[in-house]
Amino acid sequence: MSEANINVQQYTAADFKSDQEVRWCPGCGDHAVLNAVQRAMAELGKPKENYAVISGIGCSSRFPYYMNTYGFHSIHGRAGAIASGTKTANPNLSVWQITGDGDALAIGGNHFIHEVRRNVNLNVLLFNNEIYGLTKGQYSPTTKFGKKTKTSPYGTIEQPFKVGQLTLGAGGTFFARALDNNIKHATQTFIEAEKHNGTSVVEILVNCVIYADQTHALITDKEHKEDRQLYLEHGKKMIFGKDNNKGIALDHGRLKIVTIGEDGITEADVLTHDAKNPDPTIHMMLSNMQAPEMPVAFGVIRSVDTFTYEKALEARIEETKAASKIHSMDELLNSGETWKVE
Amino acid sequence: MDKKANVVEKEAVVIRFSGDSGDGMQLTGNLFTDESALFGNDVATFPDYPAEIRAPQGTVGGVSGFQVHFGKRKIHTPGDYADVLVAMNPAALMANRRWIKKGGTVITDVDTFTEKNFLKAGFKTDDPITELKLEDYNVILAPVSTLTKEALKDSGLDNKSILRSKNMFALGICYNLFDKSFENTFNYFERKFGKKPQIVEANKKVLQAGYDYASNVHALPSYRVEPAKIEKGKYRSISGNQATAWGLLAAAEKANLPLFCGSYPITPATEILQYIAERQDLGAKTFQAEDEIAGICTAIGASFAGNFAVTTTSGPGLALKTEAAGLAVITELPLVIVDVQRGGPSTGLPTKTEQADLLQALYSRNGESPLPVIAASSPADCFEYAFQAGRIALEHMTPVILLTDGFIANGTAPMRIKPMSEYPTITPRFAKEGNSNYQPYGRPSDGSMTREWAIPGTKGLEHRIGGLEKMAVTGTVSYVPENHQVMTDERQAKVDQVVVKVPDQEVIGDASGDLLVVGWGSTYGHLHDAVDELRTEGHKVSFANFNYINPLPKNTADVLGRFKKIVVAELNSGQFANYLRINFQQFEYNQYNKVQGLPFTVEELKEAFKKYL
Repeated sequence: MSEANINVQQYTAADFKSDQEVRWCPGCGDHAVLNAVQRAMAELGKPKENYAVISGIGCSSRFPYYMNTYGFHSIHGRAGAIASGTKTANPNLSVWQITGDGDALAIGGNHFIHEVRRNVNLNVLLFNNEIYGLTKGQYSPTTKFGKKTKTSPYGTIEQPFKVGQLTLGAGGTFFARALDNNIKHATQTFIEAEKHNGTSVVEILVNCVIYADQTHALITDKEHKEDRQLYLEHGKKMIFGKDNNKGIALDHGRLKIVTIGEDGITEADVLTHDAKNPDPTIHMMLSNMQAPEMPVAFGVIRSVDTFTYEKALEARIEETKAASKIHSMDELLNSGETWKVE
Repeated sequence: MDKKANVVEKEAVVIRFSGDSGDGMQLTGNLFTDESALFGNDVATFPDYPAEIRAPQGTVGGVSGFQVHFGKRKIHTPGDYADVLVAMNPAALMANRRWIKKGGTVITDVDTFTEKNFLKAGFKTDDPITELKLEDYNVILAPVSTLTKEALKDSGLDNKSILRSKNMFALGICYNLFDKSFENTFNYFERKFGKKPQIVEANKKVLQAGYDYASNVHALPSYRVEPAKIEKGKYRSISGNQATAWGLLAAAEKANLPLFCGSYPITPATEILQYIAERQDLGAKTFQAEDEIAGICTAIGASFAGNFAVTTTSGPGLALKTEAAGLAVITELPLVIVDVQRGGPSTGLPTKTEQADLLQALYSRNGESPLPVIAASSPADCFEYAFQAGRIALEHMTPVILLTDGFIANGTAPMRIKPMSEYPTITPRFAKEGNSNYQPYGRPSDGSMTREWAIPGTKGLEHRIGGLEKMAVTGTVSYVPENHQVMTDERQAKVDQVVVKVPDQEVIGDASGDLLVVGWGSTYGHLHDAVDELRTEGHKVSFANFNYINPLPKNTADVLGRFKKIVVAELNSGQFANYLRINFQQFEYNQYNKVQGLPFTVEELKEAFKKYL
């Protein structure tokens, strides 16, 4: 069925809750993300049976069990490949991949970069808590350099991946960032991800209260959060801060913070966010911004429309069918060189 | 072309074409095979090429070979030894010396007999014929390069292009030798090079020159192999990999489902992916994944979505797919995994054949993880067994491993074309829309143990599956000890139930006797010939070739019990013998094993089996 034929359904978030008891730790950021996804799906209004939620292994990967949709809790690192197969097999489904920093970027790193490269139309929700939670506290590919964990008792000596950099480096057409404690914004970000045609990677900064508590505190603590969180919207000025007077400007090819009203700076000097620019240079700089020197960018950083893998495949199949003389196995078996034995 | 007056009738002949990787020996062999098949001979072929794409020219490592066996009787194998060896250079002579039948014919290009080539091929003297002890053989030292140049001196082609067609000179000699017409070959030139008439003419001219050369030298014997008595019908030539791909496509058609193939290229399985990729006109989707794991995982994802999903690989790839195969077992999703076996362990012998993945197929997964395993036994029956693998997977909701190997995958043989109406319809158990009582792991009352397949997009059947242990019936996550036992038993019982689709094991020869030769999969042809010949010599020997490995046919114990002795012959160190020992401890099993990357020879098998007679 085509998208246009689908009647908008009336749902509430509760329609997407399964009867399974949610077993994440009290205070875990995953609860909020689950909530936001259920709200987003209710708001999107697509038929419930068209959602497939597919996860790998890790705390966040228990997610499908809590969703009253089609769901598949698979094996470690492979959700991207399984989701790619599901979407390619049936492009009418809305496929959501649930994964974490270990699942997507360590054991599943290869599948992650390739699904992004292919631009299969999936929503990839990457829960980044910078730790292995389910195995009880080992460092992950996004753990901050030098952090002490159970497998780095004297501090890590590994440089972490930046999810945005990796996504854009792999040719990503969509990258957004959300925060577990801002459900309203996360909900809207997920809706944007679903609306984008292609692999939509959403990095969600999630707090693990047990093994990496406050790992995002630099960004989230009450005192600094307005000064360290920049909410981007396409076509809007990049303005933030407690007094809403700080902005991001481009200076000799680099991003810097400016204060409107100081040193002759006006709003005109502040960059306007262009998520749809095919050139990823500014998107890369925005996604790389780190606190405390710069604010961390949230919202849709990049969203560029191009063709998707599964649609391109279907189009090619239709072209091939139209041009071919072979439309059945009988025709295939009798094609080319054959001979009769009398 | 004139027909020869005095020709010797032969039952069957083996020709081995060999030369440098760039000499076009595969094409030469294929053209000869097609002419023979069209004439009505039964044929079997086997290519033998190096793992390197372009190994150093003139060296033994760079020799590419193609063997064709054609006859007026049923041909089961590409043949042990060559009646005729075509060797386009000294390296080809060196590499194939061991494959020439005693007293056979050797045709070689004497123009390549240079000091440099002798050195490259590893000869110690400048007399390869003596050095290889070929004095008593019928050796034709043909000036192939010179006469090819001579034939094309007015063609306007450059020297390099001219020498590229010298394989057609060799082919012309062979057509003369076996009194064959070559209209089909000329038609091929027209089809292939139609836009370059100069090339068409050059090839025709060189082929004719080779044919005439053979007529003129009179040094060659003249043979004729009459058409074989073959089952009536329409035939086509097919390789095992092509037949596997088409068998999978056929299963998709009979199930009325789209075919999805998620694979990663690997020798010698790659062509299956290629043949399926060609069939977008039949709606097949191929997904060339980033690795073997993604190959099977995309297939599992497609199976979840309701496609007929397959993944194709060889031994090292199967090792990588193992964890995901277990996921397909516990989620009870249909999936066909094709393993085209090659020499192992590790990278092993990528272009050589072996049957040493049997235990990997049966037991490599973690936990109690049973799945059906079946094996094809000839290039043409890869079609049938690929179809059956699909039928079992789809109708029993289980992953199935289909084993073929490099020998039958690359070998070709004629396949009788059966209309698709003669194949059974494949009917998966789909859960129906609106079934408010859908239970993902409910089992039907018919004893088949097959759960219902609920396809995403179907209203009202939303459910979750996954790799964690399932609660019986409901499919929710369960760590209850007794439930794990129940589910383990149910998964086993479901695979055991597949036996309803397994035909009784047939025995070739008498149903009882002194010795039963047991084989499985691709050794069928060699074992068949060896047993035939021993029976002709008066021995009470029979042959059972297994295609269904798990579950085994119902009458297996009965078959094994009717013989005084059993010998299990396989291209590994005894994997099927040990499997039979586990399953039927009451019998004593002798073994004949070979792990050299090569098929058996009929000769060595006969010698081995005589010890038990």
